[in-house]
Amino acid sequence: MSDALGLYNYWIAIFLMMVGFYNVIASGNLVKKLIGLSIFQTSVFLLYITMGKVKDGTAPILGDGYDTFSNPLPHVLILTAIVVGIATTAVGLALVVRIQEHFGTIEEDELIAQEDSP
Amino acid sequence: MDLIVYYASWALLSCGAFLCAVGGLGILRLPDFYSRQHAAGITDTLGSAFVLIGLMLQSGFSLNAAKLVMILIFLILTSPVATHAIAQAARQSGLEPKVVAEEDEA
Amino acid sequence: MIHVVDMTLLAFLALVAIAITRMTNLFATSVLTGVYSLLMACIFTVLDAVDVAFTEAAVGAGISTVLFLATLSLTTQREKPQRSPNWKALCVALLTGGALVYGTFDMPHFGDPQAPVHQHVGPHYIGVSPTQIGVPNMVTSVLASYRGYDTLGETAVIFTACMAVLLLLQHEKRRDEQSAVEEKPDKEAMEHAMILRVQSKFFIPLILLFGLYVQFHGDFGPGGGFQAGVIFAAGIILYSLVNGLDKARQIIPPNVLHGLVAFGLLLYAGTGLASLFMDGNFLQYRALAEEATHGEHIGILLIELGVGITVATVMTSMFFSFSGRRRS
Repeated sequence: MSDALGLYNYWIAIFLMMVGFYNVIASGNLVKKLIGLSIFQTSVFLLYITMGKVKDGTAPILGDGYDTFSNPLPHVLILTAIVVGIATTAVGLALVVRIQEHFGTIEEDELIAQEDSP
Repeated sequence: MDLIVYYASWALLSCGAFLCAVGGLGILRLPDFYSRQHAAGITDTLGSAFVLIGLMLQSGFSLNAAKLVMILIFLILTSPVATHAIAQAARQSGLEPKVVAEEDEA
Repeated sequence: MIHVVDMTLLAFLALVAIAITRMTNLFATSVLTGVYSLLMACIFTVLDAVDVAFTEAAVGAGISTVLFLATLSLTTQREKPQRSPNWKALCVALLTGGALVYGTFDMPHFGDPQAPVHQHVGPHYIGVSPTQIGVPNMVTSVLASYRGYDTLGETAVIFTACMAVLLLLQHEKRRDEQSAVEEKPDKEAMEHAMILRVQSKFFIPLILLFGLYVQFHGDFGPGGGFQAGVIFAAGIILYSLVNGLDKARQIIPPNVLHGLVAFGLLLYAGTGLASLFMDGNFLQYRALAEEATHGEHIGILLIELGVGITVATVMTSMFFSFSGRRRS
């Protein structure tokens, strides 16, 4: 039981990771795939931030009366990762827009059919 | 005095939570798009106002209370405009409100 | 008590993720992704990661939703419905998830102060940051000073992404021919948007001012260059949504925007080079002034400014590229 309470955060992070993973490999629409990728990314952020939390700690900002802080290092890494994630998602969306303009569709099976038939 | 403030903030927080839950139920169960906007409006204005005023009572007269006042003003000024923008966009794209048919027959 | 809030929010997050998978209307999915990001920001706040929560709320619930909606207005709105769930993909996902859950049984419990992650570098930064750098927000001191090289790389990645989006979605020539025809419907649309315009006139200066506050207050509370840049871009995007892309392009000419994208990154790298010329190492801010902590403060201020400028202009120019593209 204490295992379940202590590991619940990680299990939810893994569940979200798998939902994002399923979206990426099973959905045919390119925008849906990108959304799945973004869910996958945020679940990894959740995993890191969960590992950085210290019991009875506070945010890593110095203040009067607080002496236990949560670890600032995972926060720094994830701050970077969030902004890089949105940058790469924007590039992915730009590619989707160009694919739509060139092929007329963003469904994976229609794209493959168009490529196969010259 | 402190006890009165404590119980008042407790009452306001629970009222705010109840109103937010009612708003959420309304969004799920009301039949028409425009009536659902009304339900969303409860959450935006009265629900969050009660929660924020309850929090203000709890933090006393301090910088936190001033920040909460600013958040409340911001929410009350922007959320109804957002609801209006959504409803107007729906009306302009041609979504008709659901009319009760009985009045036509009478 | 915090466990209950944490577990409830995580359960909501899992439900929203399932809802995103099951929906076929892509507009609704984008808005649900915004809700997902907002819930994630709440969870980050409960887990004491206030800077991260700030960034996730601004980026995930703000910019990301806008970019997805802009893409959907240029492509389709509905996904082709799958007739049956993809069993092979579900099997692969379940197997991978099962393996990962099996791996978590060896991990330290949530909040354990004796976990390996809290043993080596973390306590060292918490211990020396008040005296070596003297900035209350330890996340800023680690981001800007101890791990400043990584942040320079990240700013370069944002810059490169902006270049890629500009190359892909360059402003098309044929929009100029159509602009005369489209002017009339635009005027009508603006009449209808009267309430929005009055509202935005009140709020956009406050949003930009708040962005500047977050930028310079990042040393003392949650904030810093990334959050400030995104908030600033959100203000400009609001103006562009209410008053039209042409007016926004008049106020912020694309040439100036592209120049500022490069200028922010140059400011960051330039601060590093300046400390190199002042008898220090690359990005060693203590060389910038006589007293070490004073030099650190100057260095952190300059590079956060560089990051803020780059992020704000990158987000704005990406939005301009997306909304400037005509639906073919």
